[in-house]
Amino acid sequence: MRESVRVDAETPILEAERVSLRFGGVRALTDVSFAVRRGEIFSIIGPNGAGKTSMVNCVSGRYRPTEGRILFEGRDITRMPTRRRAALGIGRTFQNLALFGHMTVLDNIMVGRHHLLRSGFLRGMVYWLGGAQREEIAHRREVEEIIDFLEIQHVRKAVAGQLPYGLRKRVELARAVALRPKLILLDEPMAGMNLEEKEDMARYILDLNEEWGMTVLMIEHDMGVVMDISQRVMVLDFGRKIAEGPPEAVLADEHVKRAYLGEADEAVSEPEEAVA
Amino acid sequence: MAVMTPAGDYRTTYREDMTIFPTLGSRVALWAGIALLCLAPLVLDRYLLHLLINIGFLGIAALGLNILVGFTGQISIGHAAFFGFGAFASAWLHDVLHVPVALAIPLAGLMTAMVGLVFGAPAARLKGLYLAIATLAAQFILEDFFARAQWFTGGVAGRVTEPFGLFGIAFDRDETYFYVVLAFVVVMFLGAANLMRTRDGRALVAVRDHYLSAEMMGINLAYYRTLSFGIASFYAGIGGALYAHYLLFVSVEAFNILFSIQFLGMVIIGGLGSVMGSLMGAAFMVLLPEVVQGLANLLAGSPIDRALRLGASISYLREMVIGAAIILFLMFEPDGLAHRWRLIKAYWKLYPYSH
Repeated sequence: MRESVRVDAETPILEAERVSLRFGGVRALTDVSFAVRRGEIFSIIGPNGAGKTSMVNCVSGRYRPTEGRILFEGRDITRMPTRRRAALGIGRTFQNLALFGHMTVLDNIMVGRHHLLRSGFLRGMVYWLGGAQREEIAHRREVEEIIDFLEIQHVRKAVAGQLPYGLRKRVELARAVALRPKLILLDEPMAGMNLEEKEDMARYILDLNEEWGMTVLMIEHDMGVVMDISQRVMVLDFGRKIAEGPPEAVLADEHVKRAYLGEADEAVSEPEEAVA
Repeated sequence: MAVMTPAGDYRTTYREDMTIFPTLGSRVALWAGIALLCLAPLVLDRYLLHLLINIGFLGIAALGLNILVGFTGQISIGHAAFFGFGAFASAWLHDVLHVPVALAIPLAGLMTAMVGLVFGAPAARLKGLYLAIATLAAQFILEDFFARAQWFTGGVAGRVTEPFGLFGIAFDRDETYFYVVLAFVVVMFLGAANLMRTRDGRALVAVRDHYLSAEMMGINLAYYRTLSFGIASFYAGIGGALYAHYLLFVSVEAFNILFSIQFLGMVIIGGLGSVMGSLMGAAFMVLLPEVVQGLANLLAGSPIDRALRLGASISYLREMVIGAAIILFLMFEPDGLAHRWRLIKAYWKLYPYSH
């Protein structure tokens, strides 16, 4: 674990208050409460099907909690439409890549600027006359900074869908960063990566947090990464929160051990695939 | 699409990097092409000009459909009805309200866009096959409207209208009207190309490629799905209005579902999601029957003709060839003529070291 940078424990950027989510008879989340502090890296871990992605989907607006509230910077966003959350400052990446496959890398990232751009279709069509060109150039400049940071200069004109997996993951991160979010939600940013790519990604996440000032809420299966870069960890199991705290404390927790390794007396129970 | 730039092409500003025509060669070709087209009325005969004019207004309407189908990933099988609405609207504006034709054409486009927004409203909620059926309803409702709204369309008798005029000059011959259509083609295609490299154009493509993450980027799905219908109808309306002031007579029967399917054929053959492909597709659809006709004339009286009795059924042959062309394109060139054109360009760029 690393030193906390400028975590503000007093004013949480994100609060979930007793969030429950049900699909018919299936309880995806039950009574989950937690708070993410401004400036920290907060990880959600748990066995497959524990409700991690459901929790993130509630924050990003994909799902609407059946019960409970979600507050962003003190403001209730539980029922706010997904599209309005980008302008508030919430960006995310997806577990299974969700790039715009037929667009170039550059265009993908420029879509991230959508809520910051002002030229509608009329001004866009008269590109040179209404200021659309000036705006595009100004934003292109900022997008190039993100491209530099994530080291994807060489593929900026490539079609996103044709890139190898590791690069697509980075492009997706770039697109989320282009939103200029205050809180960035990363759903398994390291999934399917080799060691080197994981190290790169961990460095990017740390830089985003420290230099770009973004609060990170991350789901990750790789325990090594979670231990190394997160300040606090929450553990979900069967849709319930079973532990929260600094990584070492959480790993030492009896409930967590049981969730990952099965009951002590169940000698034959298979360990869940916690470490992918 | 990934852009291939030649060696030694160093761009030092973002402005240079964001042009529609990325290389010197393509810019020269563009201006040379437009200059050549400006000379066309002086050298080509009437019939070829007639074909070019057809390609022009059909290409504009096809571009509209391509924005809807190719770029936004929606579907419409009622495009011809909007094309027809534009034709009637322009004729009505000119003949009844005495709006000058030069003004009536863009106004007709706007009116058609309004109608398109109404019929596009279900698109905010419907997708795929369901949306297809909703647009089919638009086709039939509008066709019925054409037949009944005597005040607007002239009813079954149709509506006679006047040629395009500007500053007292009448563009009433193929040689002159050609320039009107050319000007509209240039403006409308530049508009679409510009749209696609700015905020709202990217949003349309984002909605097509991955609507969930588009929403996460702050894109209002319902707005863009409906907007896409509005823009598509605007283009259809402009195309239809140009058609009306070319033929000078708009009849009710012309805008049937077969015509709508032909528009779909144009965008599929030309290339879904390609601005210039729309024009190529329209050219293909206009020229194909001519080629088939030429073949039939060659075949006439030959043993094959006698065996198959083609002479009398030439029109069926035409429809069959169009159908076969669509099937063949779907199988062998799903990205359309525009993609083939890119491959040819890439081939020559790399020649002779293509591997």
